Amino acid sequence: MTADAPSVVSIERVVKTFRTGVTALLDIDLEVAPGEFVSLIGPSGCGKSTLLRIIGDLVSPTSGTISVHGKTAHQARLDHDYGIVFQDAVLFDWRTVARNVSLPLELLGWDRARRRRRVAELLELVELTGFESSRPWQLSGGMQQRVSIARALSFDPALLLMDEPFGALDEMTRERLNLELLRIWEKAGSTIVFVTHSIPEAVFLSTRVVVMSARPGRISDVIEIDLPQPRGTATHEDPRFFELVTTVREALAVGHGDRSVRDAAPAVEEL
Amino acid sequence: MTSTVVEPVPSGLRQELGGRLRDWIPAVVVFLVGIGLWQGLTTAFDVQTFLLPKPSEIAQAFWDDKGVLWDYAVYTFKEAAGGFALGSGLGIITAIFLARFRIVGRAVLPFAVAANAIPIIAFAPITNNWFGLLNPFSKMAIAAILCFFPVMVNTLRGLTSVDPRSIELLRSYGAGEVSEFRLVRIPSSLPFMFTGLKLAAVLSMIGAIVGEYFGGPTNALGVSILNDTQLFNFPRAWAGIALASAFGIVFYGAVALVERLTTSWHPSARGFRGE
Repeated sequence: MTADAPSVVSIERVVKTFRTGVTALLDIDLEVAPGEFVSLIGPSGCGKSTLLRIIGDLVSPTSGTISVHGKTAHQARLDHDYGIVFQDAVLFDWRTVARNVSLPLELLGWDRARRRRRVAELLELVELTGFESSRPWQLSGGMQQRVSIARALSFDPALLLMDEPFGALDEMTRERLNLELLRIWEKAGSTIVFVTHSIPEAVFLSTRVVVMSARPGRISDVIEIDLPQPRGTATHEDPRFFELVTTVREALAVGHGDRSVRDAAPAVEEL
Repeated sequence: MTSTVVEPVPSGLRQELGGRLRDWIPAVVVFLVGIGLWQGLTTAFDVQTFLLPKPSEIAQAFWDDKGVLWDYAVYTFKEAAGGFALGSGLGIITAIFLARFRIVGRAVLPFAVAANAIPIIAFAPITNNWFGLLNPFSKMAIAAILCFFPVMVNTLRGLTSVDPRSIELLRSYGAGEVSEFRLVRIPSSLPFMFTGLKLAAVLSMIGAIVGEYFGGPTNALGVSILNDTQLFNFPRAWAGIALASAFGIVFYGAVALVERLTTSWHPSARGFRGE
């Protein structure tokens, strides 16, 4: 990326080795420009979730540097520079839907009236108006995930980190939430880093797909998604959509092929 | 839900209470049948009163002396409740401390678990000796020690077995440790804490009574039960035991009610919220 705008996320030579000795990530370089929707895709164990957590300063890298909005990832976290959504909604059962959404706002010290106004706006955005005083367990999985998205958006973070947010949902709910997410992204003008293991989802949503391979986790390819914006149900019919899905699938296969060759080698030596 | 409703149901509460009363019917039947069998068999086989008095004799003994026995029970219950408050309070504070300083927790926890296996009640004569036989604090102390361990161990388990993603979520907001405890660890530990508190409610009554068996003022229920057995007034002793049991059960029920009110969100309580 040689854009003029400063990067939202800048990752240089990041390495993560776990205490077990497993190298989860090796020499990761990645720049994310403002307004981008970047998906990280790869086989399980490729470190895509770890990379997302490193950006969010929830996991610290073994070496390398990360900056978010030109600050250290640590400072960015303390400054509430990003919102995060996990695969499960991670809602607190002892709080109502409204109070789950307003949790970050309470931590920011917003007063009650302002919180209530903001929660109403957010629930309208994720189409959950009327569920303010419901409890999380009374909602379906898709509704819970929308609450968690509303919570992540509550304080208007410029960066949204999403770790397989729709991975646990059925296909129909997933497609609907994909459309909603794009609508929110366009409206909020935020930057999104999105972890997924679904190729069509990555292609449909992203402006760029980062393909990763496992053992050690590396970036094996970066594919620009030049599908027209705004995207919608018609995008799924676009021939270019299928071409890009194939491109990503092949990039993943190459990464995967590399790995099996490497894995096989020591086994032969052992014999 | 029910087949006939006499008047319009104003809220879910009536329905809930009705449902719960219906849930209790089998237990009440078992209780009445049990008492009936007890009465019938002791009469049929002419069981001696000093071995097992008839329920009617126990009820009569209670009725004859109800004011005095009630006052004794209230005195003993105050000791138990004081011990419960003290022991449980310290247990919760210790658990929060150990959850905050994990290294200390890891060093101390094996001993706490081991201490749980000690028959603490055996220390009752010692606490009597420390604080004086007639000082209610000697009974509160043994009740408090009994309450401390189950509350501490259960609360600690609750505070430390939190969904790691909940913690990650709070960290992502730059939240500090105080918020982490206030917003996640303490609320999610409540069901565990109440498991300990319910145990403690029963243990505190046992502690106070057994403490009194080793000596105490004559207006204490444990002392009264002990004296009655020594005077061969077994129906009155049994009446005292029944009263102690009733106080223990009500105390347990009160804690369980607070649990239901504060952790209505917990899966175990949701069944009562009505579909």
